[in-house]
Amino acid sequence: MPTLVFLEHHADELLKPSLGVLSKAATLEDDVTGAVLGSGVKEIAAGAGAFGAARVVVVDKPELEAPLPQPRVDALASIVREGGYDTVLFAASVLAADVAAGLSARLGAGLNWDLTDLVREDAQLIGKRPALGDSVVVDVGWRSEPRLALIRAGTFEPQATGGEAAVAEVDVAFEDFSTAATMVEQAHAESEGPAIEDADVIVAGGRGLGAPENFKLVEELAQALGGAVAATRAVVDAGWYPYSTQVGQTGKTVSPKLYIACGISGAIQHKVGMQSSGVIVAINKDPNAPIFEFSDLGVVGDLNEIVPKLTQLVRERKAS
Amino acid sequence: MKIAVCVKHVPEQARKIDPETKRLDRSGEGAINPFDVNAVEEALRIKEAQDGEVLIVTMGPAAAQDSVRKALAMGADEALTISDEAAAGSDLVATTNALAAALEREGADLVIFGQQASDSDGAVLWAAVADRLRLPVISQVAELEVSDGKVRGKRQTEFGYDVIEAPTPAVLAVSDAINEPRYPSLKGIMGARSKPQRTVSAAELGVEVGDAGSKTTVEALNDPPPRGDTVRIEDDGAAAEKIVEFIAERKLV
Ligand SMILES: Cc1cc2nc3c(=O)[nH]c(=O)nc-3n(C[C@H](O)[C@H](O)[C@H](O)COP(=O)(O)OP(=O)(O)OC[C@H]3O[C@@H](n4cnc5c(N)ncnc54)[C@H](O)[C@@H]3O)c2cc1C
Ligand SMILES: Nc1ncnc2c1ncn2[C@@H]1O[C@H](COP(=O)(O)O)[C@@H](O)[C@H]1O
Repeated sequence: MPTLVFLEHHADELLKPSLGVLSKAATLEDDVTGAVLGSGVKEIAAGAGAFGAARVVVVDKPELEAPLPQPRVDALASIVREGGYDTVLFAASVLAADVAAGLSARLGAGLNWDLTDLVREDAQLIGKRPALGDSVVVDVGWRSEPRLALIRAGTFEPQATGGEAAVAEVDVAFEDFSTAATMVEQAHAESEGPAIEDADVIVAGGRGLGAPENFKLVEELAQALGGAVAATRAVVDAGWYPYSTQVGQTGKTVSPKLYIACGISGAIQHKVGMQSSGVIVAINKDPNAPIFEFSDLGVVGDLNEIVPKLTQLVRERKAS
Repeated sequence: MKIAVCVKHVPEQARKIDPETKRLDRSGEGAINPFDVNAVEEALRIKEAQDGEVLIVTMGPAAAQDSVRKALAMGADEALTISDEAAAGSDLVATTNALAAALEREGADLVIFGQQASDSDGAVLWAAVADRLRLPVISQVAELEVSDGKVRGKRQTEFGYDVIEAPTPAVLAVSDAINEPRYPSLKGIMGARSKPQRTVSAAELGVEVGDAGSKTTVEALNDPPPRGDTVRIEDDGAAAEKIVEFIAERKLV
């Protein structure tokens, strides 16, 4: 099963999630190739050898300078056709999801996403996919070659085994529509705010707060507990709270001793950033909110009632 | 400007997978995928700002009409439903086949998707459809500007914010933070029924859907790994006390 792994890079480094998937691929298959697609990326490509790639295919073109998906679909489609890969793996990211889906349409190839494991059963590749708020784990398979898979963020750690990869550069042609979208401004981290990674206690607020000014409810609770404040993408993108406090797939990964989620539905993309917290307490008025599936203490109720009382009780407790 | 919005009808609550068919049980109450309401809203705002028409496109069972009607009640102008018994169980490739074929015929200037389907959490369909339509795509858009012949989207990635521009026609996927959707007005609800609604089958589109068009399979269903004990309480006025107790027992306060 010659396997191709899409190796994403940023700031002249191959990304850890991609290298993690590469390492995993190397445990399933000897013939593993990494694909590094970018502009000025030849230097970093060889580094994939240490994580299990026997070969690295590089496409180095100005059209691949910006991290946009469509020219990467062109490149991968051509690499897959030339190289006869029957499996193509991606570590999930904003970029990789769009590349994988585009490739799926281009090649008519099956794509399974959000996988948390890959196993070989009777010579068949099976993906493990937690679904419906992770309340069931679905074994998924493929009817096509190549088989395409997106692996959930943070699933596999890179394993440095110290091998060396043969690096080969290939040329590809781009479709007109693939280069029509252009990057105007890239990876702009705005609205500087506090760091939350090292906090022992995190109180997180989501859209259930109702309005930006209600963040003071979580701020006061966090202060009473001596913790930090975090937020979901929904409220960060809406400008309620700074990006530096966002937890989840495109934000921070945190593992405090205590995580209190207030008005947060518990989307998978949020969960991947906080699931390794010691104790998770969720306050949500919707008894069906997915967050209750992975909370140690789930409280069905109105945060406007509960949070101020909680703050008061914690303050009293500390004072006594 | 013609704007097509792709919406999905999803099961509302207590989602479960049918152990027989290994498909999502869609027999209960359904509703429009909440993320697609943001997509409809954004289309309506573009229409209101610069004129145009909004077409709702969905592939789904007969009950999907409820979702279509909600979008029409919000202010969309017409709807196209890809309705086919055979479409049940369509995966990404099969859904792409059908939606792209339908959209191709419609020739919209903008095709807008929601952030993700709440039942499948794929967040992938737009990129597949865009490839089929041979159009540029911008995903996860949290701020959008539409000006003559161009769209510009700001979106979050793992590294901060990107601003991406593309010529129209283009495909967009908007995030749940892009707007605060309106509620349908009474007039909107009353008027929805008389708006043009068309139906097309997969056969008429000449595409394979359902099992026949799908390239992925469901092999088995398993229980998730066990979690530690979890406690669930309803607030009866004493929830705050119980939370304090719970975290104090664990020496977290
Ligand atoms: C590629 C991608 C990457 C993403 N990355 C991230 C990420 O890094 N981090 C992230 O957080 N999300 C991320 N998301 C978005 C994610 O899918 C969800 O849209 C988001 O997490 C929802 O935020 P929320 O829980 O604040 O809002 P909602 O989903 O709107 O939930 C609000 C909750 O508040 C509850 N509520 C409302 N009022 C009250 C009240 N008075 N009292 C108690 N509860 C109340 C509601 O019942 C609801 O459950 C990403 C999505 C995609 C597609
Ligand atoms: N059956 C469908 N019919 C129309 N649009 C859909 C359908 N399924 C998904 N979509 C659209 O695609 C988006 C992403 O879906 P997904 O990739 O499945 O998470 C949704 O928010 C909808 O806009």
